[in-house]
Amino acid sequence: MDFKDQQAIYLQIAEHVGEQILLGRWRDNDKIPSVRELAVALEVNPNTVMRAYEHLQQVHIIFTKRGMGYFVADNAMQQLRKIRKEQFMTDELPLLLRKIALMNIDFNDIEQAWKSYQETFQKEQNEKK
Amino acid sequence: MIQLSNISFAYSKGRPVLENLDLVLQAGHIYGLLGLNGAGKSSLLYQIAGLLFPDHGTARVLGMEPAQRSIEFLQSVYLLPEQSAASSLSAISYAAVHGAFYPAFDQEHFSLLLKQFDVDPRRPLDAMSYGQAKKAMIAFAIATRVRIILMDEPTNGLDIPSKRQFRKVIAGALQEDQLMVISTHQVRDLDNLIDYLLVLKDRNVILNASADHITSRILFRNTMDPQQEAGLLYAEGGLKGYAVLLKNTHGHDSKLDTETFFNALLTEKEAVLAVLNQNPTNHGILA
Repeated sequence: MDFKDQQAIYLQIAEHVGEQILLGRWRDNDKIPSVRELAVALEVNPNTVMRAYEHLQQVHIIFTKRGMGYFVADNAMQQLRKIRKEQFMTDELPLLLRKIALMNIDFNDIEQAWKSYQETFQKEQNEKK
Repeated sequence: MIQLSNISFAYSKGRPVLENLDLVLQAGHIYGLLGLNGAGKSSLLYQIAGLLFPDHGTARVLGMEPAQRSIEFLQSVYLLPEQSAASSLSAISYAAVHGAFYPAFDQEHFSLLLKQFDVDPRRPLDAMSYGQAKKAMIAFAIATRVRIILMDEPTNGLDIPSKRQFRKVIAGALQEDQLMVISTHQVRDLDNLIDYLLVLKDRNVILNASADHITSRILFRNTMDPQQEAGLLYAEGGLKGYAVLLKNTHGHDSKLDTETFFNALLTEKEAVLAVLNQNPTNHGILA
């Protein structure tokens, strides 16, 4: 895994875990890698992974069973989508809208691009199935 | 776990390497020991390991005095020097002979580590390349399972895949009751591995702080125009703009850039330390 330059490592690890859940690789109530296993895989300090797991517990993405490890929480995917959506709306969308405003892009063009993207996205999804 | 109080040490009179040094290290962490060449990194490790004795001050390691070199102490601390004396033994024989000094030595784990490091267990250590022999010794250090592991420039001489393997091995090895100190001047090798930073400068430890503490006080960012940034502490130019350290007044999380941070400490020591040592409650009100 390549770490990005500026975001805190523990948040990037949390995002990595979230990614596995969103991709459907880890499902509700699945056991996820132990702190040590993930530390080895990502070449990071185990205390940093611990911090990421604590963060994920606080936002109800994973939970711990004493002595048995960490598991994906019920409805983790919905919860993740909700969190990501909030992030997108507050952090990313304003930047995008600013560009659209600055370049005076016609919203019909955006809509057109969105529609054609939706089609290819749908195709991709169907091929995966 | 390790407590050094007011330690001074000189190899020759009038030229102290360490002076009035205080240091407390706790279990469960990987400490990165940084300092310029000749700053005294090795001397500090040797003090902890009981291989050099302080001229003044006291050292307590696991409740024992290193200079006494008691058997219990020697069984609990392992120092991997930057350069080990080449042995004509194979890795396996070396472990059989020297592992006996460490009650918790884990033969099976040693073999596994050699395999992960791609080191031939039957080849004499002095017939190996520098990097291969070094990896064998790193494997030995981990396999001792002692509570304090001190490593002096362990990544020196390792190729890129081996450095990667080194990080994996260390990340998987640390136990809660264990402590590792890794000295290095190649900070990038260990960037995400160390959770505490020790910086040695002017014969003393000028910084002993967790990465979390540093990023809670200092915001690391890349920018095109440092003068535009509020609370600028330090800026370092590159082709793609500047890496800057800012006062973290809004509690943003950023990634510790150890190399830039180290440079900042060397050139803007007072300002950077002031921000790190500031009382957090005052900080909130005044900022």
